[in-house]
Amino acid sequence: MNASGAEPLLEIDNLHVSVGGQQVLRGLNLAVNAGEVHAIMGPNGSGKSTLAHVLAGRPGYEITQGSVRYQGSDLLALPAEARARAGLFLGFQYPVEIPGVNNAYLLKTALNAQRRQRGLPDIDAFDFLALVRERMKLMQIEESFLARGVNEGFSGGEKKRNEILQMLILEPRLALLDETDSGLDIDALKVVARGVNSLRSPERAVVLVTHYQRLLDHVVPDFVHVLARGRVVRSGDRSLALELEKRGYDWVQEQAVA
Amino acid sequence: MNQPDLDALVGRSYRHGFVTDIESDTVPPGLDEDVVRLISRKKREPQFLLDWRLRALAYWRTQRAPTWAHVHHQPIDFNAISYYSAPKSKTDGPKSLADVDPKLLETYDKLGVPLHERARLAGVAVDAVFDSVSVATTFKERLAAAGVIFCPFSEAVHKHPELIEQYLGSVVPYTDNFYATLNSAVFSDGSFVYVPKGVRCPMELSTYFRINAANTGQFERTLIIADAGSHVSYLEGCTAPMRDENQLHAAVVELVALDDAQIKYSTVQNWYPGDAQGRGGIYNFVTKRGECRGRNSRISWTQVETGSAITWKYPSCVLRGENSVGEFYSVATTNNYQQADTGTKMIHIGANTRSTIVSKGISAGHGQNAYRGQVRVMATAHGARNYTQCDSLLMGPHCGAHTFPYIDVRNPGAVVEHEASTSRISEEQLFYCLQRGIGQEDAVNMIVSGFCREVFKELPMEFAVEAQALLAVSLEGAVG
Repeated sequence: MNASGAEPLLEIDNLHVSVGGQQVLRGLNLAVNAGEVHAIMGPNGSGKSTLAHVLAGRPGYEITQGSVRYQGSDLLALPAEARARAGLFLGFQYPVEIPGVNNAYLLKTALNAQRRQRGLPDIDAFDFLALVRERMKLMQIEESFLARGVNEGFSGGEKKRNEILQMLILEPRLALLDETDSGLDIDALKVVARGVNSLRSPERAVVLVTHYQRLLDHVVPDFVHVLARGRVVRSGDRSLALELEKRGYDWVQEQAVA
Repeated sequence: MNQPDLDALVGRSYRHGFVTDIESDTVPPGLDEDVVRLISRKKREPQFLLDWRLRALAYWRTQRAPTWAHVHHQPIDFNAISYYSAPKSKTDGPKSLADVDPKLLETYDKLGVPLHERARLAGVAVDAVFDSVSVATTFKERLAAAGVIFCPFSEAVHKHPELIEQYLGSVVPYTDNFYATLNSAVFSDGSFVYVPKGVRCPMELSTYFRINAANTGQFERTLIIADAGSHVSYLEGCTAPMRDENQLHAAVVELVALDDAQIKYSTVQNWYPGDAQGRGGIYNFVTKRGECRGRNSRISWTQVETGSAITWKYPSCVLRGENSVGEFYSVATTNNYQQADTGTKMIHIGANTRSTIVSKGISAGHGQNAYRGQVRVMATAHGARNYTQCDSLLMGPHCGAHTFPYIDVRNPGAVVEHEASTSRISEEQLFYCLQRGIGQEDAVNMIVSGFCREVFKELPMEFAVEAQALLAVSLEGAVG
């Protein structure tokens, strides 16, 4: 329960996850309320990406202990597509190419799958186009992009902007962005940040998984958590990220051991 | 996706599995001169055709079934096959759809081929082949006004014997190969198309094939002639009822394109592939060849092969005319225990001839998929060019993809390019789609359709939709 008395949007309790027999998450706790932006930081190998993938339902992870509740129900019991349809979105660190499938088609299929889940009819083709064009403008993506293959031949920056575009069209309740800032130049970073900020609302929450704090200059988080060895070792506000940048991850890791 | 889910999804049954209960006029199994004479007599064929059939039979008896293809099956007992079967009818032949046996029409309806409506709506003339005899032909008047002849082969034999005598066997001679020779001796019926000089055929021509009587090999014979400056697009689609024993299908298709003529031949093939253990299913051993006989002519083959237990088929182009163009676009899928050995031959004879081959093979389950293609450039073919692209997609750990390119270049100026790739549907691609809320099967279909896009875009619009649906059915849940 949180301050307002409502159940958190996402509640992770004592989560233990192993991959190929290796324990990666070891008792992770986290609660995210609607309307909040959380940043999860940590050194390489701390379990940040594993957390994002486990929440999204990627196969290959073994949950050995703990639970995750999302909108009041057991998230881990749902297959990946059902989690997505329930409004959970993962922005991938390395979006995969799907040759021959055009962006517009994938987007429309995804949007309709989610609309059906909510009992809505398929979106009208013209409405869809109008929606996509408007959001593309925000993400500074050219019109020709719609007819291209999904991520096919995209630059790193284009792939990341495409992830955010998809997010803006699907309008998730919980967005997990896995190192969306990596490999972006400062202009692209601003565009991506603008996209994320446009989604902020009292009903939604965003979890930013990031290695560096520079994204947080543009998307200001309500909470910052530091992950080390598979657990949250420190939580704080925005200033924690700045302190981390100054003192490095060794500082929290030492504290974690101590 | 975990294994039990997979198994359940793969274990789906063939949607077009049913048998129509119609009395057939079938000769006893076995093949000898008397059977060939009987077929010819039943069809009241002219002497030249009977003689041709008999020469083919005599030659066939000296031949053995080929074994070079990358497929495995029990030897076929050719004496256990009945070589003639015709649906019985009270009149000599139906004059219109109203005269057609309602059971037949019902069958077409079940298949989603309501001749009278869909054909008209789509602007398609359908020459429906049920077993061995054509039972209905539509849109004849409109075609006749353009001077296009589109009729059952047996009718063409009576009405246009001079065209048959001139062109039959001129692309695929009766000595061509074991199954083509057999077809030449016993072919039952098929389609005949003649497009006169300078005529652009006003509609897509379409034939739906169906194999129905038990133990009846089907031997279709199709001949399409595009006279100088003409254009024609021909669609062939097939489905078959559920059946236990293997059925042999050995068709022959011959195309002739004269000066500046263009023929586009599209196939969507969905014959019964056998059950999940590989029992039953059609053996599809087909000879398809087109000759660009005239200069600047063009022949284009597009095929989507999702059915049959065994597919053995190489739609080919003989590029004789100067500047002629041959194209081959193919999607072949094999699931469960299906086997496919398919590809093309491009024979460059004339100067500045060009050919393009785009082959997409998809293997799932225990399916084995082989691309076999030959590009031959003769010494006379100055300036010839070929581009071949051959991609394989594997789904699951038990299937196989094989590529057998044969390149034979006898002209030093020729340019021949070959590209090949093999890939798997990656767990990453699948998860990406799932994470966007797209269901497992839709995701697989989407990824596979993307893989096949270069071929699908060559199909006429209506057909492309159908092909995509068929592909979805044949591969549902086949990801591992």
